[in-house]
Amino acid sequence: MTRRVLMNGNEAIAEAAIAAGCDAYFGYPITPQAELLEWMARRMPELGRAFVQAESELGAISMALGAAATGARVLVSSSSPGISLMAEGMSYLAGSELPLVLVNVMRGGPGLGSIQPSQSDYFQATKGHGHGDYRVPVLAPSSIAEAIELVPTAFEIAERYRTPVMVLADGIMGQAMEPVEPHFRTLPPCAPDWALTGARGRPPRVVRSLHLRAEDLEAHNRDLQAKFRAIEAAETRWAEEGLTDAEVAIVAYGTAARVARTAMARARQAGMSVGLFRPISLWPFPAAALRDLAPRLRAILVVELSAGQMVEDVRLAVEGRAPVLFHGRTGGMVPTPDEVVEALRRAFLVNQPAGEPSFDPETDPLGLICAMGGRR
Amino acid sequence: MERSVVIAGFGGQGILFAGHVLAEAANAEGREVLWIPSYGPEMRGGTASCTVIVGDEPIGSPVVDRVDAAIVMNPPSLAKFAPLVREGGLLVVNASLVEAQSGRADVDEVRVPCSQLARAGGDDRLVSMVALGALIERLPVVSAQSVSQALRTIVGARRPEVLEADLGAFEAGRRAA
Repeated sequence: MTRRVLMNGNEAIAEAAIAAGCDAYFGYPITPQAELLEWMARRMPELGRAFVQAESELGAISMALGAAATGARVLVSSSSPGISLMAEGMSYLAGSELPLVLVNVMRGGPGLGSIQPSQSDYFQATKGHGHGDYRVPVLAPSSIAEAIELVPTAFEIAERYRTPVMVLADGIMGQAMEPVEPHFRTLPPCAPDWALTGARGRPPRVVRSLHLRAEDLEAHNRDLQAKFRAIEAAETRWAEEGLTDAEVAIVAYGTAARVARTAMARARQAGMSVGLFRPISLWPFPAAALRDLAPRLRAILVVELSAGQMVEDVRLAVEGRAPVLFHGRTGGMVPTPDEVVEALRRAFLVNQPAGEPSFDPETDPLGLICAMGGRR
Repeated sequence: MERSVVIAGFGGQGILFAGHVLAEAANAEGREVLWIPSYGPEMRGGTASCTVIVGDEPIGSPVVDRVDAAIVMNPPSLAKFAPLVREGGLLVVNASLVEAQSGRADVDEVRVPCSQLARAGGDDRLVSMVALGALIERLPVVSAQSVSQALRTIVGARRPEVLEADLGAFEAGRRAA
């Protein structure tokens, strides 16, 4: 076995992108993803590739759009407020059908918020950042090793479907160090037949999001929607742990899933049969798998570093087949394993037979589960 | 068995470095480990801390609600982290800067004059290596040999001229505990 090396998440993501053949990086410094940009600043010029620290996030995403139009493999990274600034560019990338990987190392919001870890950009990431009818595949690693695997996957999805793809991490994953196998997947170079490479000797190509005739734009939108359905059919990813005998399932992604895993172990020691359903692609959301699982469960507990965002997708997926409870912390706070165990205890008290001690999430005034978001 | 250690003190005391050394030592033993720094604005001139979780299974939660051991290098860190130590856990206190007692009768409290020993070793910044030595002597989360190896890996690569001082400070901490 090769000796594993300690890497922090930001550096591991950057190195994974370099190994995957990233030709160009554009960014602007912001905590807690600064080490990603710093790593690229050092490594990309060493390799003769493009690194640009733009004058702003708007500049970075627009430069990235231009580079992507030439067929370059492009990485952009930022953290929450910077990602908001990139919303316009993401809409143009989606409309122009340009591949690109955007990394969001989330911090607490809204506004400038804090620099502490958060998952409160789930809505933004999964429901589209900018204007227009579009979707962006979102991959959410739960460990640094998984981030290393998912970065090349993100480039593959981006190029296979000509779409921007987001890798959604959080401040903990960006800052923490873990041992990783120093093996990074490489991808073959891309030479797409739509890229703007100079039209000498061939008919010109066009990359744009502008379609002034309504009929044309509707046809374009129809094509985009067909693409999104194809992505939903082929690119849905999730992981299951301990669900075969579980009465209650925790649904959590990223850092929250790691807290959930520790809580699950403690709960099982205390005699509660708990499993973990961990979405890896947040869009497309693994709704069908969750819907199939729900009827076997007494309840579902969603855990997030937010006031309750993914919980809406869980409820849509489950369609009432199991009660869905929520526990979350906001502003850079992270739920502790014991908090989650406490929430699990309540989940086991839902829908008890008459006369048994029970918990009704509708009526619990300010219990732990309802402290943030609660049953809505 | 999963063990968690929090190391806390002033920025500049080598807090994050000591955690990095501990994490590298665990990695050298082929074990699972997660190192997470506090990266808030408090790092600038205020308190700094990091948590290191060492285990034989992949590490779950990166946040801990109780720790097996805490190293506290200044008074604010004692107040903040002493209550987090689990019953029967270890608390290493830098007695040079912390006069107050933790008031925890249910933990193994080791008071070591880390700053004094660091100064005797020639550099105030060795203070966290002294404390790490005390920790490993009382609670071998990793072996002392692995820590020495980790120091050679990390310091030997970057600043070989201070390696002997770091190793000496680590040994001084072990003896003092």
